[in-house]
Amino acid sequence: MSDPRTGADGGGGRPAPPDVAALTDGEWHRLHPATPLLKGGIALAAVLVILFNNAREYVVELFVPGGRRGDEGDPFGYVVDKGWLGLLLLAVVVVIALFVGGFWLSWRMHTFRVGEDVVEVRSGIVFRTNRRARLDRIQGINIQRPLLARVFGAAKLEVTQAGQDANVTLAYLRSASADDLRREILRRAGGAQQTHAPAPSAPGAPVDARGAGTGDATDPAAVAGTSTPGRPGAPAPHRQGFGGLVEQRAHEFLAPELDPDEAPPLSVVALSPGRLIGSTVLSGYTLFLLAAVVAIVISVVTTGEWFLLFVLLPAVLGSGGFYVNRITKSLRYTIAGTRDGVRIGYGLFSTSNETLPPGRIHSIKVSQPLLWRPFGWWDVKINRASRSSTKGAAGQENTTILPVGDEDAVRRVLELVLPELVGVAAVGVAAEEARAGSPAPADAPEAVASATVPVADASSTGEAAPPAVRDAVEATTEHTLSLVEGGLRSSGTDGGFTVSPRRAAVLRWFSWRRNGFRSAPGALLLRKGAIWRQLVIVPLPRVQSVGLVQGPLRRRLRLATVHLHTVQGPIVAEIGALDQDDALDFFTTAGREAVAAAHADRTHRWSEETP
Amino acid sequence: MDRLDIPDAEWNRVSPKYVWPELIGYLVTGLIVAGATVPLWLIGQWWTYAITAVVVVVTVVVAALTPRRVRAIGYQLREDDLLLRKGILYLRVVAVPYGRMQLIDINRGPVVRALGLSDLKFVTAAAASAVTIPGVPADEAERLRDRLVELAESRRAGL
Repeated sequence: MSDPRTGADGGGGRPAPPDVAALTDGEWHRLHPATPLLKGGIALAAVLVILFNNAREYVVELFVPGGRRGDEGDPFGYVVDKGWLGLLLLAVVVVIALFVGGFWLSWRMHTFRVGEDVVEVRSGIVFRTNRRARLDRIQGINIQRPLLARVFGAAKLEVTQAGQDANVTLAYLRSASADDLRREILRRAGGAQQTHAPAPSAPGAPVDARGAGTGDATDPAAVAGTSTPGRPGAPAPHRQGFGGLVEQRAHEFLAPELDPDEAPPLSVVALSPGRLIGSTVLSGYTLFLLAAVVAIVISVVTTGEWFLLFVLLPAVLGSGGFYVNRITKSLRYTIAGTRDGVRIGYGLFSTSNETLPPGRIHSIKVSQPLLWRPFGWWDVKINRASRSSTKGAAGQENTTILPVGDEDAVRRVLELVLPELVGVAAVGVAAEEARAGSPAPADAPEAVASATVPVADASSTGEAAPPAVRDAVEATTEHTLSLVEGGLRSSGTDGGFTVSPRRAAVLRWFSWRRNGFRSAPGALLLRKGAIWRQLVIVPLPRVQSVGLVQGPLRRRLRLATVHLHTVQGPIVAEIGALDQDDALDFFTTAGREAVAAAHADRTHRWSEETP
Repeated sequence: MDRLDIPDAEWNRVSPKYVWPELIGYLVTGLIVAGATVPLWLIGQWWTYAITAVVVVVTVVVAALTPRRVRAIGYQLREDDLLLRKGILYLRVVAVPYGRMQLIDINRGPVVRALGLSDLKFVTAAAASAVTIPGVPADEAERLRDRLVELAESRRAGL
């Protein structure tokens, strides 16, 4: 454990903790005993509250004689006067017993097991369902802790799969074992051998380059992770009496959202509450709100009628809730890289934190709402194959992976989600190229074909020359910076983009100079919009098909549109108004590279040794 | 003005008989729409007749272009992907890598079946790339499907 590498690699070298070993032994297990309470508890509590509300006056009278008014509207008093109290109590007891019995039975029947290749869940009392999910098809694992569940130290684990309603939900598990279970499932899904020590972090990232590249980022974090002796909520202190339990809960509540033992707990992006509030206030919704207020004022002043006020006022008042909700949901946002992919956490009271294994992100959009422009803020959204039942950061679909951040934050996030483009693996690729004596590493972006199959020619040459690697790292850092800056703010052919011709100004009034595309190692970049600026990045191995479209107007202008089809989501990767020949070139090369990249892609078993 | 086209592509054309299902489809739609405008005549204004006339003219023009449109449909099995083109006015070319095909449907509507044809539909994980090759002779459609499934199997890629 004192070895930083083992610490950073989590479950790579050491056996799973005992309680998880028990959960993943391939046998059937039950969920957290408090599950019925957490699932149905609220309904039950509501019934009791209603009952108590009705009985209140009667109860008051028991202690304060004469306090009861004895009017007609007191159903409880009516029941008591009629002498039906016994019946009523019996009915309540029966109903509660039925509820409890039903929930208990459903809890008994709800079992799951984690095998080497599948997660399987059986549930239902009358209608039984049995769902198996293949581990190598996992799109992500999400752990949510709603407020009530956190009080009980429980968590909901959701294994997301591609497709509608295809997720496997384990609600609820013990909070600590949920984290361990996620790590164990991801380890198995990644295809790492249990006996095998450190697994490569990203597909195709050579292990030596990984050490060189991430040294600065991981080492202190790994030390911090390993030096914490007892994880919060470890199974040992679980039954230490009530005092210990309360202490443990409090500890869990205050603990950082990222389990310190699992990942370097340092989030690569710090999201200050001020920026979060500012960005929320400067959203498009505020514009709508201002317009509504102005409309109300004008209508009241000019017509003297209060009609519009009554129509629009509820919306205006409701917006306070909207803002508060958005802000509390995005508070404590963290994003960090782990051995098994990117981990994103957020939430102040109800927390959620999700791990996305490598290769599960189908496209990425960095965009800038108009009002954010003076501050240089951007947000990052992704397309993913799975649909989670829960909302993501800022209460939006959980496709937003960075609610707001400056250019530096965007670059860090892109480094995490696209290691093959801007991060560690790119360093590795550049290092390999430097080692193999191919052209200068600065040319790496152009050498797309070799970048998509980095491992093939990796081991051909001898030992790595450290200076070359360092040069490569520096060159790649520079390249990364230029790539992000080039994509976000530049226009024209800066940053290696091919842009629309001048005649496209008819269709792209302001943005024709910016509207362009380029290919980079392992990804295609589309840069669009002069007013609402955005950059769409599609990882090559995730391109499903490529389309080329030309309508009559564009035919006259010799322009065409290229579509990169990916799974459905908030991002549509298309670039219009390109020169016809450029578009045809892009269509052809994109198609060819996508096939090659998909062939070389090993992310469905991300930790497995590449053959 | 040179047209946008894939260089050195040898397109497989769909069966010329596929004109008929298309034509029948357009004519039936045209008839229904035109029929729906007939009650407007009761208003007795001249423009109500004009609406019907417009519907009829549009239907006739679309129907007259059908043979050309059918001739414009082409597909091609390249080494790594299936290439499909459609449309005269709105040209659409799609390249679907074999490894990306999730499933292949053979659909046969009544008219299509009467002519001994089939429609082949390919589904990938992306809804936008839904690709159909209409009007393939039935036995060839089966052969094509088996061949494509085989190709997809040998180049299977994840999502």
